[in-house]
Amino acid sequence: MSAASRILATSGQEIRIARRNRWALLSTLLLTLFALSLALFAAGQAGQVKADTLTLTAASLATLSVYLIPLIALLVSYDAFAGEVERGTLALTLATPLGRGEMFAGKFLGQAAVVGLAILIAFASAATVVAATGGLTAAGAIAWLRLGLTSLVLGGVFVGLGLAISAATPRTGTAAAFAVGLWLVFVVLYDIALLGAVIAAGESTFTTHVFPWLVLANPADSFRLYNLVSLDTAPVAGIDGLARTLPIPPAATLVPLFLWVTAALAAGIALVRRLTP
Amino acid sequence: MNAVLHAEDLTIRFGGFTALDGLTLSVAAGEKLALLGHNGAGKSTFFRAVLGFLSPASGKVTVAGRMPGSSTARRAVSYLPESVAFHRALTGLEILTHFARLKGEPVAAVMPLLERVGVAHAARRPVGTWSKGMRQRLGLAQALLGTPSLLLLDEPTSGLDPVSRGEFYALIDTVAARGAAVVLSSHGLEEVESRTDRVAILSRGHLVAEGTLPELADRAALKAQIRVTARPDDADTLHARIGGTRINGASVELSCDVPGKFDLLRRLANEEGVHDIDLQLPGLDDVYRHYSHLEDRT
Repeated sequence: MSAASRILATSGQEIRIARRNRWALLSTLLLTLFALSLALFAAGQAGQVKADTLTLTAASLATLSVYLIPLIALLVSYDAFAGEVERGTLALTLATPLGRGEMFAGKFLGQAAVVGLAILIAFASAATVVAATGGLTAAGAIAWLRLGLTSLVLGGVFVGLGLAISAATPRTGTAAAFAVGLWLVFVVLYDIALLGAVIAAGESTFTTHVFPWLVLANPADSFRLYNLVSLDTAPVAGIDGLARTLPIPPAATLVPLFLWVTAALAAGIALVRRLTP
Repeated sequence: MNAVLHAEDLTIRFGGFTALDGLTLSVAAGEKLALLGHNGAGKSTFFRAVLGFLSPASGKVTVAGRMPGSSTARRAVSYLPESVAFHRALTGLEILTHFARLKGEPVAAVMPLLERVGVAHAARRPVGTWSKGMRQRLGLAQALLGTPSLLLLDEPTSGLDPVSRGEFYALIDTVAARGAAVVLSSHGLEEVESRTDRVAILSRGHLVAEGTLPELADRAALKAQIRVTARPDDADTLHARIGGTRINGASVELSCDVPGKFDLLRRLANEEGVHDIDLQLPGLDDVYRHYSHLEDRT
């Protein structure tokens, strides 16, 4: 049998596991509920701001996704290798013809598909609500497409990081703790620390030359900035004010996101190769 | 010899600790070998080295003539780890189907195999609801997938009731009869008596004995124990006449070579003041204990 069929078998097993994992189900439900309420909120605001409902929802969804998508991705992935080490199935699996790289690829693809499905369900239901209230525009549809596709990449970054954590720690509990820590750092603490630094630095070279790059270096910020930069009619606040004063073209804000996917996958594969079952 | 598994002067170290020390062992096609030893004797380490998970500090292992962990070796080997717990949420059918796909075996072979190990009735239930014995049978089914030429079973019968053990060894026999080499580890000789062709005993990483069970028993040359109980008040005089060790006031214990036991019994039976005689022949556990403690004495 070929490597492709072994990878597919591994992906299928991961999807089966996620389907029975109440965290995956619960977080998909949560994301959908949030997306729906944002859509309804934006529909209520229609006419008061110059942006259309669909664009407005895309902007608020971009901010929400930064919190929830990494969380879902980490919840789905942190147990992938640590759990197998703990249960003793890793030795069994690696005794079969399945290669370590193949195992990683299979798990990544399966879990990315689970996160992608959550995104699809949530965003599609929100878009349907907006379209039903008559807010469908061409610009808005493009904004949604951008949001959906970059959300998949964001999910990919954090599935990759979650798998890397899982391969680096032999205990499920430790892996879970690291996953929560990683989420806090990337999604919450990083931005707070940077805002604090900017306030302290005031009008200096740090604020104008260093700060924008530091913001972009975070995959979550890169995702959000890209989506907000592209929506010039959407209101922005806080660290996202940077979206209006970026020193680089809008598309370039995506570069860090893709670099992070590559780095997360490379780190994950290297760690899996080092695993001793 | 047509060795499916061959280890030569194999040494495995974890930091400063030597888990396996200069192990040389061969297993031929169709042969069943029992690997015995205490916890920490090196049995699991040996399996993991044969699977290519550990790299030897010196010496080497070959599986089907190839390096452990190479794709030829992986295709040849089937492995059942000591304590395997499959994902609780998956059903037995899903788990075995998955392994069939990984090993490139037809999925149609899965259900018959589940029937063969006797868990087909629970195939569509999550294994979290299965009993320990049933899960062990699922693990065995996984190891029997396809036509492995080397079966590595790490304490496969722990958690099985005696009837299940019998069925288990019957399954192993059919696989060996098909030409597979089987290596299984166990805690005691009694369990593997007449189940395997050869026995190898590990102690603290050393191979201390290897051969068939009768060979090992002969080589150990263990003594038979004879306990003579004296009539009341005759113990001291009896002890003075026949020697041996005094036990709990009324008894004397003697030991002798197994072939010479009858002559001694006849002599003792004619002694004055003898109330009763007990004979204890060395059992398999004594043979096992003899070899696994050799290391401690030297």
